[in-house]
Amino acid sequence: MKPDKLEQKVTNVLFYGLGGQGVLTAAEICAQAAMIDGYHVKKSEIKGMSQRGGSVESYVRFGAQVYSPLPLEKDIDVMLCLDTEEYPRLKQELGFGGVDLISYLEKAHNAVSSKKIFLNIYLLGVLSAYLPIKEASWLEALSRKLKKDLPENKIIFLRGRQEGR
Amino acid sequence: MNSIPKKKSALLSGNEAIAWGARACGVCFASAYPGTPSTEILETLGTFPELEAQWAVNEKVAYEAAFGASLGGRRAFVACKQVGLNLAMDPLMTTAYSGVNAGFVVVVADDPGMFSSQNEQDTRRVAPYAKVPLLEPSSPSEAYYFIQEAFKISEKYDTPVLLRLTTRVSHTKESFEVCSARNLVADRALERNPKKYVMIPGHARPRHLELERRLLALKEFSENTALNRLEINDRKMGFIVSGVSALYAKEVYPQASFLTLGMSFPFPLKKVKAFARRVKKLYVIEELEPFLEEKLKQEKIPVTGKKPSWFCGELSPQAVKEIVALKERQIQAQKARRPVLCPGCPHRPAFYVLKKAGVFVAGDIGCYTLGALEPLAALHTQTCMGSSIPFFEGINKMQNGQKAVAVIGDSTFIHTGINGLISAVYNGAKGVVMIMDNAITAMTGGQQNPGSGITLQGKLTKKLSLEKICLAAGADNVDVIDPYDLEGLQKLLKSRLAEESLSVIIVRSACKMIDRSAKPALSIDLKKCKKCRQCLVIDCPAIIESASGAIKINENLCVGCGLCVKLCKFNAICAVKK
Repeated sequence: MKPDKLEQKVTNVLFYGLGGQGVLTAAEICAQAAMIDGYHVKKSEIKGMSQRGGSVESYVRFGAQVYSPLPLEKDIDVMLCLDTEEYPRLKQELGFGGVDLISYLEKAHNAVSSKKIFLNIYLLGVLSAYLPIKEASWLEALSRKLKKDLPENKIIFLRGRQEGR
Repeated sequence: MNSIPKKKSALLSGNEAIAWGARACGVCFASAYPGTPSTEILETLGTFPELEAQWAVNEKVAYEAAFGASLGGRRAFVACKQVGLNLAMDPLMTTAYSGVNAGFVVVVADDPGMFSSQNEQDTRRVAPYAKVPLLEPSSPSEAYYFIQEAFKISEKYDTPVLLRLTTRVSHTKESFEVCSARNLVADRALERNPKKYVMIPGHARPRHLELERRLLALKEFSENTALNRLEINDRKMGFIVSGVSALYAKEVYPQASFLTLGMSFPFPLKKVKAFARRVKKLYVIEELEPFLEEKLKQEKIPVTGKKPSWFCGELSPQAVKEIVALKERQIQAQKARRPVLCPGCPHRPAFYVLKKAGVFVAGDIGCYTLGALEPLAALHTQTCMGSSIPFFEGINKMQNGQKAVAVIGDSTFIHTGINGLISAVYNGAKGVVMIMDNAITAMTGGQQNPGSGITLQGKLTKKLSLEKICLAAGADNVDVIDPYDLEGLQKLLKSRLAEESLSVIIVRSACKMIDRSAKPALSIDLKKCKKCRQCLVIDCPAIIESASGAIKINENLCVGCGLCVKLCKFNAICAVKK
């Protein structure tokens, strides 16, 4: 699936993993980038007790007009899971022809090595290659949401984006 | 949905949208006690220096302070979660009689599916009970618009207005245009009007009659307002919907016809009947209680509703499909990982000591409720805010003086625990009340409270002394101890339980989400480890047992609190050498 095919309908992206891994930050940047690109966006998340290391998930939906904050069952276009143990929990939500980025997780771990706080941003870069959102909008979204280590985050993001192409 | 211009300039959650909408329509005062999923409303308002936003000690106080601000002549509102309104029901029921001065709104966030609540009561039922109008936005952009409408309705009809959110409205973010201007309305004078504001029976009787008249007028309004939106498409299927369920239904059946009830009480009967006549088959889709369905059936309008299994849990687009197909709800096994106390959490050593003591523990609401779960399993009740101390008192009285312990957090103690302590002292209960003081309202993400001495805006204010207030309540002893002094806490608890007294033990140590300082991470020397599993008893997420049975410490999670070191009899745990 290449970016131009996604523009016809509402695009559904699922982010999930554990509290503290940056799942919600990644989803927030994706939603911001889609908004900057001019899409109508809805992002839903469950973070009730995420601070206590629980499961975290967030859906980002964007298109000309989005109704429900939650997608239909098994209708995810691109799925980004940040934790192998959490992976089985929602993997069945991937839609027909959808893209599962779990294959990039190991590469991402190697790419950021000990700097685990960049794992989500590297994978967000990979994800960006699969979505019809302009690079400039992604970079603007990163600038808005990340105040700390912005230059390094941008470099990591672009490395992930290169990997995803 | 169509009435709101979407220029997509901000990405706001439903809670943030309430705050921005309130600001835009000239709200000058808001009060709340934190509670998921409503907390971010006040957190957002706290960033606006042009208005007064505050944390109150509990929802009743928050309600009354906000109502006072309305009496004081400026637009005001209270925000709370569903169970928070239970505490504020007392002022709600009677302010419905009084009516308001400046606009006054009650924002309540329900939690279908109980992501972070002890029940999933449906606040819509409160509207006909309290006889106040009810608005139900389905999205953040609607929340932004509805809160502004709510103030107009409140002032026009002289009534508190209930605005109900749910977790999926509160915690969904949507892109839409937000107005940065603030339209202030004229201040109203503080009026001395005892017939309206002093609800003695002689004044309340005519006010009740006035309330019934007001409801008739509101019913007319409900028939005509744009908040109740008609959308006629294909007439084979017609849906009566409210809240976020409206959007789920629209997602699944975009071609169908819809009557979306943004104002679901008073019920717009004429409008509903007219819609019912225009569609071939009528469905009602709503989360939790059959609030609209009962009304439709009472009026003999043929409609397909849902089976009782759907009164439980939250809906989704998939759930709408199943309801329409007349299926039962399939209860799915919880696959999400259960929450645990954070690494280094000061509640953990306190629960370890309580477990060793083997006492019955009446618990309360907060992070420390997690002490009920295996393997700690040292907390035996949790019902509602402040219930621990009265439960403890009753147990103590009926168990022939067998001593129990009440466990309550600092914020919950200030919320409604104090009353229980005064009553327990007054009635001669014996035993130990343990206040787990981490100096923050932790479960909801770390909000300030009188015990921290810091306001919503982060400014220093008077700090409440838990020691002094417990002594003033009449506690025989008030001890303060660090829970990481394991031996000291064990001795203290044992001696206080042996006395014929009511003792308060304040276990004081900062929340690890706030005090992020960490000592070097620990590791387990596998040669020394005898796999006795003592370190697993404390349920620390940093200590992991692998499939092979080896016990390891995750260095990335460990904050070096040292509790496991104290428990290890084989000295197998020590700091990682860097």
